[in-house]
Amino acid sequence: MAATAALLYIGLLLRPDSVSENERTASDSPFFAEFELTDHRGMVQTQRDFSGRWMLIFFGFTNCPDICPTTLSEVAAVMEGLGGEAEKVQPIFITIDRERDSPMVLSQYVEQFEAGIIGLTGTANQMAAISDSFPIFFERNEEASAPGGYTMSHTSNLFLFDPQAGYSTSWPYGTSAEEILADLQERI
Amino acid sequence: MQIGKAVVKKNHLIKVLVSLLTFVGAPTSTLAGSEDLVVEGAWARASIGTSRPGAAYMSIRNTGDTPVTIVGLATPIAQMSEIHETRTNAEGVSSMSSAGEITIEPGQNVALEPGGLHAMLMRLQSPMQEGESFPLTLKFDNGSTVEIVVPILGIAARGPSE
Ligand SMILES: [Cu+2]
Ligand SMILES: [Cu+2]
Repeated sequence: MAATAALLYIGLLLRPDSVSENERTASDSPFFAEFELTDHRGMVQTQRDFSGRWMLIFFGFTNCPDICPTTLSEVAAVMEGLGGEAEKVQPIFITIDRERDSPMVLSQYVEQFEAGIIGLTGTANQMAAISDSFPIFFERNEEASAPGGYTMSHTSNLFLFDPQAGYSTSWPYGTSAEEILADLQERI
Repeated sequence: MQIGKAVVKKNHLIKVLVSLLTFVGAPTSTLAGSEDLVVEGAWARASIGTSRPGAAYMSIRNTGDTPVTIVGLATPIAQMSEIHETRTNAEGVSSMSSAGEITIEPGQNVALEPGGLHAMLMRLQSPMQEGESFPLTLKFDNGSTVEIVVPILGIAARGPSE
Protein backbone atom coordinates (compact mmCIF):
# COMPACT_ATOMS: atom_id res chain seq x y z
CA MET A 1 0.00 0.00 0.00
CA ALA A 2 2.83 2.34 0.90
CA ALA A 3 4.48 1.58 -2.42
CA THR A 4 1.31 2.37 -4.33
CA ALA A 5 0.90 5.58 -2.40
CA ALA A 6 4.51 6.49 -3.14
CA LEU A 7 3.97 5.77 -6.80
CA LEU A 8 0.86 7.93 -6.84
CA TYR A 9 2.72 10.67 -5.07
CA ILE A 10 5.51 10.52 -7.64
CA GLY A 11 2.89 10.63 -10.40
CA LEU A 12 1.47 13.74 -8.77
CA LEU A 13 4.84 15.42 -8.44
CA LEU A 14 5.65 14.73 -12.05
CA ARG A 15 2.61 16.45 -13.44
CA PRO A 16 1.00 18.84 -10.99
CA ASP A 17 0.24 21.45 -13.66
CA SER A 18 -1.45 19.34 -16.31
CA VAL A 19 -4.82 19.35 -14.56
CA SER A 20 -7.16 22.27 -15.00
CA GLU A 21 -8.27 24.26 -11.96
CA ASN A 22 -11.90 23.41 -12.68
CA GLU A 23 -11.21 19.72 -12.42
CA ARG A 24 -9.22 20.27 -9.26
CA THR A 25 -12.08 21.97 -7.49
CA ALA A 26 -14.60 19.42 -8.72
CA SER A 27 -12.89 16.69 -6.75
CA ASP A 28 -10.10 16.56 -4.22
CA SER A 29 -8.42 13.65 -5.96
CA PRO A 30 -4.64 13.38 -6.00
CA PHE A 31 -4.65 13.27 -9.81
CA PHE A 32 -6.92 13.08 -12.81
CA ALA A 33 -7.19 10.64 -15.68
CA GLU A 34 -6.19 12.34 -18.89
CA PHE A 35 -5.90 10.70 -22.29
CA GLU A 36 -6.60 10.98 -25.97
CA LEU A 37 -6.66 7.57 -27.59
CA THR A 38 -8.42 5.57 -30.31
CA ASP A 39 -10.94 3.00 -29.20
CA HIS A 40 -11.55 -0.50 -30.54
CA ARG A 41 -14.19 0.87 -32.91
CA GLY A 42 -11.73 3.39 -34.35
CA MET A 43 -13.17 6.43 -32.54
CA VAL A 44 -11.04 8.99 -30.73
CA GLN A 45 -11.84 9.07 -27.03
CA THR A 46 -10.72 11.28 -24.19
CA GLN A 47 -11.62 11.22 -20.49
CA ARG A 48 -14.27 13.86 -21.29
CA ASP A 49 -16.21 11.27 -23.33
CA PHE A 50 -16.79 9.40 -20.08
CA SER A 51 -17.50 12.34 -17.82
CA GLY A 52 -20.38 11.71 -15.46
CA ARG A 53 -19.47 8.04 -15.23
CA TRP A 54 -16.95 6.16 -13.16
CA MET A 55 -14.05 4.72 -15.13
CA LEU A 56 -12.59 1.33 -14.24
CA ILE A 57 -9.24 1.33 -16.05
CA PHE A 58 -6.80 -1.52 -16.57
CA PHE A 59 -3.54 -1.32 -18.51
CA GLY A 60 -2.34 -4.43 -20.30
CA PHE A 61 -1.75 -6.16 -23.62
CA THR A 62 -3.68 -8.74 -25.60
CA ASN A 63 -0.70 -11.12 -25.89
CA CYS A 64 -0.76 -11.57 -22.13
CA PRO A 65 -2.26 -15.00 -21.36
CA ASP A 66 -2.40 -14.66 -17.57
CA ILE A 67 -2.70 -11.36 -15.69
CA CYS A 68 -4.71 -9.49 -18.33
CA PRO A 69 -7.46 -12.00 -19.13
CA THR A 70 -7.65 -12.84 -15.43
CA THR A 71 -8.21 -9.21 -14.47
CA LEU A 72 -10.65 -8.57 -17.31
CA SER A 73 -12.63 -11.65 -16.29
CA GLU A 74 -12.84 -10.15 -12.77
CA VAL A 75 -13.92 -6.85 -14.31
CA ALA A 76 -16.60 -8.69 -16.29
CA ALA A 77 -17.81 -10.32 -13.07
CA VAL A 78 -17.86 -6.91 -11.35
CA MET A 79 -19.90 -5.38 -14.17
CA GLU A 80 -22.36 -8.25 -14.00
CA GLY A 81 -22.55 -7.89 -10.23
CA LEU A 82 -23.40 -4.20 -10.57
CA GLY A 83 -26.65 -5.09 -12.30
CA GLY A 84 -28.69 -1.92 -12.83
CA GLU A 85 -25.81 0.25 -11.62
CA ALA A 86 -23.53 -0.98 -14.39
CA GLU A 87 -24.41 2.02 -16.53
CA LYS A 88 -22.67 4.26 -13.99
CA VAL A 89 -19.35 2.52 -14.65
CA GLN A 90 -17.31 2.31 -17.85
CA PRO A 91 -14.71 -0.46 -17.91
CA ILE A 92 -11.70 0.49 -20.05
CA PHE A 93 -8.70 -1.54 -21.21
CA ILE A 94 -5.76 0.61 -22.30
CA THR A 95 -3.08 -1.31 -24.17
CA ILE A 96 0.55 -0.69 -23.26
CA ASP A 97 1.53 -2.60 -26.43
CA ARG A 98 0.49 -0.29 -29.25
CA GLU A 99 2.72 -2.09 -31.75
CA ARG A 100 0.67 -5.27 -31.65
CA ASP A 101 -2.65 -3.96 -30.32
CA SER A 102 -4.39 -2.08 -33.12
CA PRO A 103 -8.04 -1.04 -32.75
CA MET A 104 -8.95 -4.16 -34.78
CA VAL A 105 -6.98 -6.47 -32.48
CA LEU A 106 -8.52 -4.76 -29.44
CA SER A 107 -12.03 -5.17 -30.78
CA GLN A 108 -11.54 -8.94 -31.20
CA TYR A 109 -10.24 -9.04 -27.67
CA VAL A 110 -12.44 -6.82 -25.49
CA GLU A 111 -15.67 -8.01 -27.05
CA GLN A 112 -14.94 -11.58 -25.91
CA PHE A 113 -15.47 -10.51 -22.31
CA GLU A 114 -19.05 -9.35 -23.03
CA ALA A 115 -18.80 -6.65 -20.40
CA GLY A 116 -18.92 -3.49 -22.51
CA ILE A 117 -15.17 -2.97 -22.08
CA ILE A 118 -13.75 -0.21 -24.26
CA GLY A 119 -10.29 -0.98 -25.66
CA LEU A 120 -7.98 1.99 -26.21
CA THR A 121 -4.73 2.31 -28.12
CA GLY A 122 -2.78 5.22 -29.57
CA THR A 123 0.20 6.65 -31.34
CA ALA A 124 3.64 6.54 -29.77
CA ASN A 125 3.15 10.13 -28.56
CA GLN A 126 -0.29 9.43 -27.14
CA MET A 127 1.07 6.41 -25.32
CA ALA A 128 3.97 8.43 -23.93
CA ALA A 129 1.40 10.90 -22.59
CA ILE A 130 -0.41 8.01 -20.89
CA SER A 131 2.67 6.98 -18.99
CA ASP A 132 3.03 10.57 -17.78
CA SER A 133 -0.64 10.92 -16.92
CA PHE A 134 -1.09 7.71 -14.92
CA PRO A 135 1.07 6.31 -12.11
CA ILE A 136 1.93 3.26 -14.15
CA PHE A 137 5.03 1.50 -15.38
CA PHE A 138 5.48 -0.73 -18.38
CA GLU A 139 8.40 -1.98 -20.41
CA ARG A 140 9.18 -4.31 -23.22
CA ASN A 141 11.08 -7.51 -22.42
CA GLU A 142 12.81 -9.36 -25.25
CA GLU A 143 11.64 -12.97 -25.34
CA ALA A 144 12.54 -14.98 -28.41
CA SER A 145 9.66 -17.44 -28.06
CA ALA A 146 6.97 -14.75 -27.79
CA PRO A 147 5.03 -13.47 -30.81
CA GLY A 148 7.07 -10.62 -32.31
CA GLY A 149 9.99 -11.58 -30.06
CA TYR A 150 8.92 -9.72 -26.94
CA THR A 151 6.58 -9.64 -24.00
CA MET A 152 5.61 -6.78 -21.67
CA SER A 153 5.90 -6.05 -17.97
CA HIS A 154 3.14 -3.77 -16.73
CA THR A 155 1.42 -2.28 -13.72
CA SER A 156 -1.38 -4.68 -12.87
CA ASN A 157 -3.46 -2.52 -10.52
CA LEU A 158 -7.04 -1.86 -11.54
CA PHE A 159 -7.78 1.88 -11.26
CA LEU A 160 -11.05 3.59 -10.43
CA PHE A 161 -11.74 7.20 -11.42
CA ASP A 162 -14.76 9.22 -10.30
CA PRO A 163 -17.27 10.93 -12.62
CA GLN A 164 -14.98 14.01 -12.76
CA ALA A 165 -12.09 11.71 -13.86
CA GLY A 166 -10.44 12.14 -10.45
CA TYR A 167 -8.52 9.22 -9.05
CA SER A 168 -10.65 7.32 -6.57
CA THR A 169 -8.77 4.11 -5.70
CA SER A 170 -6.88 1.19 -7.15
CA TRP A 171 -6.90 -2.50 -6.38
CA PRO A 172 -3.79 -4.65 -6.66
CA TYR A 173 -3.78 -7.66 -8.95
CA GLY A 174 -5.46 -10.60 -7.30
CA THR A 175 -8.25 -8.63 -5.60
CA SER A 176 -11.36 -10.72 -6.16
CA ALA A 177 -14.32 -9.49 -8.14
CA GLU A 178 -16.42 -9.78 -4.98
CA GLU A 179 -14.14 -7.43 -3.02
CA ILE A 180 -13.92 -4.96 -5.89
CA LEU A 181 -17.68 -5.01 -6.31
CA ALA A 182 -18.32 -4.37 -2.62
CA ASP A 183 -15.83 -1.48 -2.57
CA LEU A 184 -17.21 -0.04 -5.80
CA GLN A 185 -20.81 -0.20 -4.64
CA GLU A 186 -19.91 1.82 -1.58
CA ARG A 187 -18.30 4.53 -3.68
CA ILE A 188 -20.69 4.96 -6.61
CA MET B 1 -15.38 -35.72 -13.14
CA GLN B 2 -13.04 -37.42 -15.61
CA ILE B 3 -12.34 -34.21 -17.46
CA GLY B 4 -9.60 -32.24 -15.84
CA LYS B 5 -8.45 -35.21 -13.80
CA ALA B 6 -5.23 -36.94 -14.54
CA VAL B 7 -5.09 -39.79 -16.96
CA VAL B 8 -2.11 -41.44 -15.37
CA LYS B 9 0.02 -43.44 -17.75
CA LYS B 10 3.27 -45.26 -17.30
CA ASN B 11 5.79 -44.40 -19.90
CA HIS B 12 5.77 -47.73 -21.66
CA LEU B 13 8.07 -46.68 -24.47
CA ILE B 14 10.90 -45.65 -22.17
CA LYS B 15 10.41 -48.77 -20.12
CA VAL B 16 10.68 -50.91 -23.21
CA LEU B 17 13.79 -49.05 -24.33
CA VAL B 18 15.41 -49.39 -20.92
CA SER B 19 14.61 -53.11 -20.94
CA LEU B 20 16.12 -53.52 -24.38
CA LEU B 21 19.28 -51.59 -23.53
CA THR B 22 19.96 -53.35 -20.27
CA PHE B 23 18.80 -56.77 -21.46
CA VAL B 24 18.12 -58.68 -18.28
CA GLY B 25 17.43 -57.63 -14.77
CA ALA B 26 16.61 -54.06 -15.71
CA PRO B 27 15.06 -52.64 -12.59
CA THR B 28 12.10 -50.85 -14.14
CA SER B 29 11.50 -49.46 -10.67
CA THR B 30 14.24 -46.89 -11.38
CA LEU B 31 11.42 -45.15 -13.19
CA ALA B 32 9.37 -43.98 -10.27
CA GLY B 33 5.76 -44.61 -10.97
CA SER B 34 3.80 -41.67 -12.35
CA GLU B 35 0.93 -43.00 -10.25
CA ASP B 36 2.57 -40.93 -7.50
CA LEU B 37 1.64 -37.76 -9.36
CA VAL B 38 -1.92 -36.58 -9.19
CA VAL B 39 -3.00 -33.73 -11.44
CA GLU B 40 -6.34 -32.13 -10.71
CA GLY B 41 -8.47 -29.14 -11.59
CA ALA B 42 -6.91 -28.52 -15.00
CA TRP B 43 -8.41 -25.77 -17.13
CA ALA B 44 -7.47 -23.25 -19.77
CA ARG B 45 -9.03 -20.15 -21.26
CA ALA B 46 -10.14 -20.01 -24.85
CA SER B 47 -7.75 -18.23 -27.21
CA ILE B 48 -8.58 -15.81 -29.99
CA GLY B 49 -7.13 -17.59 -33.00
CA THR B 50 -3.57 -18.87 -32.85
CA SER B 51 -1.46 -15.71 -32.95
CA ARG B 52 -1.32 -15.16 -29.20
CA PRO B 53 -0.09 -17.54 -26.50
CA GLY B 54 -2.44 -19.44 -24.21
CA ALA B 55 -2.14 -20.59 -20.62
CA ALA B 56 -3.31 -23.66 -18.71
CA TYR B 57 -3.74 -24.11 -14.97
CA MET B 58 -3.88 -27.15 -12.68
CA SER B 59 -2.62 -28.51 -9.41
CA ILE B 60 0.03 -31.22 -9.25
CA ARG B 61 0.46 -33.31 -6.12
CA ASN B 62 3.32 -35.65 -5.33
CA THR B 63 1.87 -38.53 -3.32
CA GLY B 64 5.11 -40.53 -3.46
CA ASP B 65 7.99 -40.49 -0.99
CA THR B 66 10.71 -38.95 -3.19
CA PRO B 67 10.93 -35.43 -4.62
CA VAL B 68 9.90 -35.15 -8.26
CA THR B 69 10.90 -32.38 -10.66
CA ILE B 70 8.82 -31.26 -13.62
CA VAL B 71 11.26 -30.96 -16.51
CA GLY B 72 8.99 -30.29 -19.44
CA LEU B 73 5.59 -30.04 -21.05
CA ALA B 74 4.30 -31.13 -24.41
CA THR B 75 1.01 -30.69 -26.22
CA PRO B 76 0.02 -31.10 -29.85
CA ILE B 77 -1.76 -27.72 -29.77
CA ALA B 78 1.42 -25.67 -29.16
CA GLN B 79 4.83 -25.83 -30.75
CA MET B 80 6.41 -24.74 -27.51
CA SER B 81 5.18 -25.04 -23.98
CA GLU B 82 6.83 -24.51 -20.64
CA ILE B 83 5.98 -23.54 -17.11
CA HIS B 84 6.02 -19.79 -16.62
CA GLU B 85 5.84 -17.74 -13.49
CA THR B 86 4.12 -14.39 -13.20
CA ARG B 87 5.63 -12.19 -10.52
CA THR B 88 4.20 -8.93 -9.24
CA ASN B 89 6.66 -6.65 -7.48
CA ALA B 90 6.06 -4.25 -4.59
CA GLU B 91 5.20 -1.46 -7.04
CA GLY B 92 2.45 -3.57 -8.58
CA VAL B 93 4.31 -4.32 -11.82
CA SER B 94 3.70 -7.81 -13.18
CA SER B 95 5.87 -9.74 -15.57
CA MET B 96 6.27 -13.37 -16.52
CA SER B 97 9.17 -15.56 -17.45
CA SER B 98 10.17 -19.20 -17.57
CA ALA B 99 9.90 -20.78 -14.13
CA GLY B 100 12.67 -23.28 -14.83
CA GLU B 101 12.38 -26.73 -13.28
CA ILE B 102 9.89 -27.14 -10.50
CA THR B 103 10.47 -29.69 -7.77
CA ILE B 104 7.56 -31.08 -5.80
CA GLU B 105 8.52 -32.52 -2.43
CA PRO B 106 6.82 -35.69 -1.18
CA GLY B 107 3.31 -34.96 -0.01
CA GLN B 108 3.44 -31.47 -1.48
CA ASN B 109 1.28 -29.77 -4.05
CA VAL B 110 2.19 -27.25 -6.71
CA ALA B 111 -0.59 -25.00 -7.91
CA LEU B 112 -0.55 -23.52 -11.40
CA GLU B 113 -3.03 -20.67 -11.05
CA PRO B 114 -3.64 -17.16 -12.41
CA GLY B 115 -1.04 -14.67 -11.23
CA GLY B 116 1.44 -17.38 -10.24
CA LEU B 117 2.60 -20.38 -12.22
CA HIS B 118 1.02 -21.31 -15.54
CA ALA B 119 1.62 -23.70 -18.39
CA MET B 120 2.50 -21.25 -21.15
CA LEU B 121 1.38 -22.50 -24.54
CA MET B 122 3.31 -20.76 -27.30
CA ARG B 123 2.97 -20.86 -31.08
CA LEU B 124 -0.47 -22.40 -31.01
CA GLN B 125 -1.11 -24.90 -33.77
CA SER B 126 -4.86 -24.67 -33.43
CA PRO B 127 -7.14 -22.20 -31.68
CA MET B 128 -8.22 -23.07 -28.17
CA GLN B 129 -11.99 -23.20 -28.46
CA GLU B 130 -14.40 -23.00 -25.57
CA GLY B 131 -16.02 -26.37 -24.89
CA GLU B 132 -13.17 -28.34 -26.43
CA SER B 133 -10.20 -29.88 -24.65
CA PHE B 134 -6.62 -30.81 -25.44
CA PRO B 135 -4.03 -33.30 -24.15
CA LEU B 136 -1.05 -32.04 -22.18
CA THR B 137 1.88 -34.21 -21.16
CA LEU B 138 3.93 -33.38 -18.09
CA LYS B 139 7.45 -34.82 -18.06
CA PHE B 140 9.28 -35.53 -14.84
CA ASP B 141 12.94 -36.00 -14.01
CA ASN B 142 12.43 -39.63 -13.09
CA GLY B 143 11.42 -40.37 -16.65
CA SER B 144 7.75 -40.70 -15.92
CA THR B 145 5.10 -38.75 -17.73
CA VAL B 146 1.54 -37.84 -16.90
CA GLU B 147 -0.91 -37.06 -19.63
CA ILE B 148 -3.93 -34.99 -18.76
CA VAL B 149 -6.89 -33.65 -20.68
CA VAL B 150 -7.38 -29.92 -20.23
CA PRO B 151 -10.89 -28.56 -20.74
CA ILE B 152 -11.09 -25.17 -22.45
CA LEU B 153 -13.38 -22.70 -20.74
CA GLY B 154 -14.50 -19.29 -21.97
CA ILE B 155 -12.01 -16.43 -22.17
CA ALA B 156 -13.71 -14.78 -19.20
CA ALA B 157 -13.59 -17.94 -17.06
CA ARG B 158 -12.37 -17.37 -13.52
CA GLY B 159 -11.47 -20.93 -12.58
CA PRO B 160 -12.07 -24.62 -13.08
CA SER B 161 -15.31 -24.75 -11.09
CA GLU B 162 -17.22 -22.55 -13.49
CU1 LIG C 1 -0.90 -8.73 -18.60
CU1 LIG D 1 3.59 -17.04 -19.61
